[in-house]
Amino acid sequence: MEKARTTPSTTGDKIRKYLAEGKRFDGRAPEQFRDLVIEKDVSIKAEGSVRVKLGKTEVIVGIKMAIGEPYADSPTKGNLMVTAEMLPLSGARYESGPPKIGAIEWARVTDRGIRESGFVDFDKLCIEPGKKVWTVFVDIYSINDDGNLMDAATIGAIAAMKIAKIPKYDQENDKVIHSELTKEGLPLTNIVPVAVSVHKLGKTLIVDPTREEEDISESRVTIGSSKGIISSLQKSNSASLEMDEIKRIFEISTKISEEILAKIEKAIK
Amino acid sequence: MVKEFKRPDGRKLTEMRPIKAEVGVVPNADGSAMFQSGKTIAIAAVYGPKKMHPQHKQDPSTGQLRCEYNMISFSVDDRIRPGRNRRAMEISEITKWALEPSVMLEKYPNQVVDIHINIIQADAGTRCAGINAAAMALAHAGIPMRDIVSSISIGKLDKTLVVDLTKEEEDFEEGEGPTDIPVSMTSDGKVTHMQLDGKIGVKQLQESIDMAYEACKEVREVQKQALKDFIGELK
Amino acid sequence: MDRKIVIPGEIIIEGDEYLPGDFTEKKNGKLFALRYGLAEEQNNLIKVIPLSGVYHARRGNVVIGKVENILANGWIIDIGAADTAFLSIMEVPKYVNKDAMDEVLNIGDMVIAKIWSINKRGIDLSLKSRGLGRIEEGLIFEVNSNKVPRIIGKEGSMIKIIKDNTGCDITVGQNGMVLLDGKDIDSELFAKKAIRFIEKKSHIQGLTAEVEKWFTGEKK
Repeated sequence: MEKARTTPSTTGDKIRKYLAEGKRFDGRAPEQFRDLVIEKDVSIKAEGSVRVKLGKTEVIVGIKMAIGEPYADSPTKGNLMVTAEMLPLSGARYESGPPKIGAIEWARVTDRGIRESGFVDFDKLCIEPGKKVWTVFVDIYSINDDGNLMDAATIGAIAAMKIAKIPKYDQENDKVIHSELTKEGLPLTNIVPVAVSVHKLGKTLIVDPTREEEDISESRVTIGSSKGIISSLQKSNSASLEMDEIKRIFEISTKISEEILAKIEKAIK
Repeated sequence: MVKEFKRPDGRKLTEMRPIKAEVGVVPNADGSAMFQSGKTIAIAAVYGPKKMHPQHKQDPSTGQLRCEYNMISFSVDDRIRPGRNRRAMEISEITKWALEPSVMLEKYPNQVVDIHINIIQADAGTRCAGINAAAMALAHAGIPMRDIVSSISIGKLDKTLVVDLTKEEEDFEEGEGPTDIPVSMTSDGKVTHMQLDGKIGVKQLQESIDMAYEACKEVREVQKQALKDFIGELK
Repeated sequence: MDRKIVIPGEIIIEGDEYLPGDFTEKKNGKLFALRYGLAEEQNNLIKVIPLSGVYHARRGNVVIGKVENILANGWIIDIGAADTAFLSIMEVPKYVNKDAMDEVLNIGDMVIAKIWSINKRGIDLSLKSRGLGRIEEGLIFEVNSNKVPRIIGKEGSMIKIIKDNTGCDITVGQNGMVLLDGKDIDSELFAKKAIRFIEKKSHIQGLTAEVEKWFTGEKK
């Protein structure tokens, strides 16, 4: 029943009551993430792929590359395309058909978080200025939604991009040979925009909500940051935030972002 | 002396690729399973029985099956653009037909059982892997069924019949070329799905059915074990 | 016959003396399973006990549901069954002002109700019994509805063990919804943990002993 519907109000009240005492249903502290598991090579057909599990939430991310023309206004830069799809199999709330607004926002926030950060050195993806550049496709799929697909998506995208290898390019025949990968990875900088969303529930700020917690979240702020520098931010949902709340959110998100980055690097070694 | 046909990966003619199956891979679903054959990996999730929406599609005499099959973008060498495509839509319908004879939905009027299949990694035999995963997911979801459907592809490479084609074998070009015959069956040998692409004589095609029956028995053992392992020890 | 896990289409046992019970079918002296679950024999009656699958509503079940909508003469309640459930004004044991129905039960409220009828139109609920009515507060979560009999235990014996060990009041709906009310958060979380443990181990023999052992271990 709770699979298809939203969390009942009595449970919402309980969650808030527990949070007022600093406790969550699964025993975590408000600023504690669930166990993060990252598995490499979910699909050997991808140029790089990972499976991310945050508690029971699961996403898979794959990198594919292709060669094409650069955009007219950036002739020496390669391209990045991030797509995120909430698969119907990941929860009873999801149906097939065109994406609903939640899924669209999820995809776009994840895309901007990575694109605008300086994580990718787009100049190094150029093969022939004005004529040929690499396009990097980052495809994210939800497999099980138990809350916080937002952060799981970025964690997966970053991990997959870090392990991806550029495929062989046969210049003469102008063909990309996906089944043969070079030893060269994507041109990445050390600005890694790990996204950490902070949610306001009652008077408490929490991270990494389960689905029940996410259902009663009054406001969410997703921040992409690296080493304390924030490169993207989106506030979602309708409740307003006090100034000191939002300032506290900047601190919480950037601090945890560093912790998550360390976990990602450890997992993909 | 007739030279024995050599398969690129060294398998015997009736030898299947190594198969692996697991139940319960999507916690949110009412039933779910993963089926892997060689390098092909499929996951299936079942939601239902539940009320059929939109209302005009409801059937007051029986429940219905609804199936959706899709390959993720990075399951193949050349990225598949996300979104529906016609091949996937056809396979969705074929899969539904393959599973329908085994499910007993008469006691669920106006209701629907939704099956979602996603191919994570593709090396031929994707629709078969999808059907095998879906059959386990339906069982896991507690859907009343007469039998578990099992699926395999039989191939003819030039003049030789083989079991379980890889992509490399599908692209075989010598002699009469490749013929691809995916077949799905219940344990008592009822054929619930069959397709053919290539060139084959009647006698060999009949032989293919027998080969498929034997191969499906092996598949069913793996499906059965995965369902039993999911519950675990009874003591 | 020893209990065993069966899959649809599997032959459970052979013999003309056996009779087909729940989720089984007899053909040519063979008993076939028609559902994934635990096959059991009782006085030659063979049946399959489901261990998975969505809740199947039965008359007389006490369930916990959520109010989805208010109509002119009653409320639509979601109880997790494929059919919607309806609670008529006539089935509420107190006076209801038709213009203030939301004061009795509002959208989003949780309620304990009994299924008094299942027909073509759907499921009919009633609040006319002791212990039924709107839930004012408590921790509500969902378990696999197939495991409910084991969580309740014979004549409530398992619930009693959990109550004695955690001090929580527990109501288990047949539809898998569980309501906990304890004196503090820690005892509620403890009771929830215990129920999750029972849910996971529900199919083993000697469950009661396992649960008591678990409680002893947890309390250390």
